[in-house]
Amino acid sequence: MASKFQGVDFYQTDGLLSEEERAIRDTVREWADDNVIPVIGEAYVAGKFPMQLVPGMAELGLFGANLPEEYGCAGLNNVAYGLIMQELERGDSGVRSFASVQGALVMYPIYAFGSEEQRKKWLPQMASGKVIGCFGLTEPDYGSNPAGMITVAKDTKDGWVLNGAKMWITNGSTAQVAVVWAKTGALDEPESIRGFIVPTDTKGFSAKDQKGKLSLRASDTSELVLQDVHVPKDAILPKSGGLKSPLMCLTAARYGIAWGAVGAAMACYDEAVSYAKQRVMFDKPIGGFQLQQARLADMLTEITKAQLLCVQLGRLKDEGKSTPQQVSLAKRNNVNMATDIARETRRLLGANGILAEYQAMRHLANLESVYTYEGTHDVHTLILGQEITGLSAFN
Amino acid sequence: MKIAVCIKRVPDSETRVKIAADGKSLDEAGVKFVLNPYDEFAVEEALRRKEQAGAGEVAVFCLGPAAAQETIRTALAMGADRGVLLSVDKIPADPLESAKVLAAELKSSSWDLILFGRMAIDDYNTQVGTLVAELLDLPCVSAVSHLDIEGAKGVAEREIEGGIEVVDFPLPAVLTTDKGLNEPRYPALKGIMAAKKKPLDIKPVQPGTGTLEIAALTPPPARKEGRIVGEGAGAVGELVRLLREEAKVL
Repeated sequence: MASKFQGVDFYQTDGLLSEEERAIRDTVREWADDNVIPVIGEAYVAGKFPMQLVPGMAELGLFGANLPEEYGCAGLNNVAYGLIMQELERGDSGVRSFASVQGALVMYPIYAFGSEEQRKKWLPQMASGKVIGCFGLTEPDYGSNPAGMITVAKDTKDGWVLNGAKMWITNGSTAQVAVVWAKTGALDEPESIRGFIVPTDTKGFSAKDQKGKLSLRASDTSELVLQDVHVPKDAILPKSGGLKSPLMCLTAARYGIAWGAVGAAMACYDEAVSYAKQRVMFDKPIGGFQLQQARLADMLTEITKAQLLCVQLGRLKDEGKSTPQQVSLAKRNNVNMATDIARETRRLLGANGILAEYQAMRHLANLESVYTYEGTHDVHTLILGQEITGLSAFN
Repeated sequence: MKIAVCIKRVPDSETRVKIAADGKSLDEAGVKFVLNPYDEFAVEEALRRKEQAGAGEVAVFCLGPAAAQETIRTALAMGADRGVLLSVDKIPADPLESAKVLAAELKSSSWDLILFGRMAIDDYNTQVGTLVAELLDLPCVSAVSHLDIEGAKGVAEREIEGGIEVVDFPLPAVLTTDKGLNEPRYPALKGIMAAKKKPLDIKPVQPGTGTLEIAALTPPPARKEGRIVGEGAGAVGELVRLLREEAKVL
């Protein structure tokens, strides 16, 4: 049996966590060791999300874990929530993505922008994993520029009628419910963007699995088509308004991604260290060669920096002081460093590094998606550029 | 069902332990401590019995240093109702002294079951549970891998050399739990958050020194490096020769 994952803690960052936060991290870590690690390589090659993990995740309370207990959620702080994302992504980015979408992109907007009836109806069912959700914002021609979306919702006397298409939708074919963002006014009015709760069995709603992915293979990614989809008046999220609302969801999700990337990086580093100590070439372990030591030293350094970034960002978020720009910095830095570490681990492992039996190449391929989704690396660069100079490079 | 579970804080089996400078204890710096894995079976069994009965109490008792509160909270996070830390600076080396302290505490109330893990994975003594039973004058079944309870009677199975021993016993009783009895649950996140609000009494105790003293701890001798004799069927002859003549195991 493979030995249990011990984590990476070079700077005693554990000391920055409370006993509960550590207990939560250790529980999810152990759960991932027992449940994700044994099945993920095969699921990845098969191109299927391991659905059998969902009840266990729900039982632990991983979905919407930072939302209040009165809606069936765990009511955790944001550091604990981040640690959950870290440990899930240590298993696989697809598993973390599933939880991110369920919690931060579907449960969160229902909580933040929904009516009390909507919260009570959907949140407990989603926390218990009985209902799976997806989030429809990105469109085939509007990725980094969601303000340009052409999905529309028309107000009629017996409800809303939605038309449009959404692309790159995690959980799209699995979900029973979608939070769909659409313009309720003219196409040049991004301020008219509102969120709608759409059950996926509504007539005119269809989802198509995105074929041919070489990344996030253990994840459902789909295209959604909405053709004259009728939903009742109360399907609208009453407190949503303008592009700011979906962007708030993305900030919430990308906060979790910043942590998740640390998990993927630690998984790769762990694999790199153990391989470097065991693999013998020229009569000694390759870990004894300077080039590999430089790789490992860089990895440990980057992981340590990213851990400290995450804890401080989480504490700020708990105090209500974090800014979207700070989240951009963490997502941008951490996903980039994790991608580098996955690539260097893949290389350190030599030919073995390309096998599904090892983790590095799977994480590397996954992270290439994570690099692009939830605000591309480049867009976060521009967000920071704007923050620094006060000048927008977007327009 | 009123159930007491006695638990111990032990180093994680994945931790690489170092012997301290005194040569007879472990250097605890950087060592991760966990709830003894055999005690997890005891906690899980207690919780299931209480859940089946629909009422009752699961109380956990732990003899250990202040840091063992964290170990107790692990059991509380799994679902136990309250915890008691019998606080000492150092757990006595003599299992009888630990047993006396636990028995004195347990005596003050009545229990349907008192559960222990079969052994602690740090000292492998396998004694405290059975000693407590003796001190409390209660029936005891050790290393239970299957359990049925009907009213005030129980039937336990123990895995013994080459078979299974089935033991009938009356309640109240002391049982020590073995692998196979159940699959311990993960503490749910809500349970972890709730654990801090559950009662945890800290009672300083003074165990006797006992008759046992640890003279020295030494790591096992390093294993000699292996050798690959060859590959495929052609290597079998040489392998057999070496096993017979060099290793002398055939």
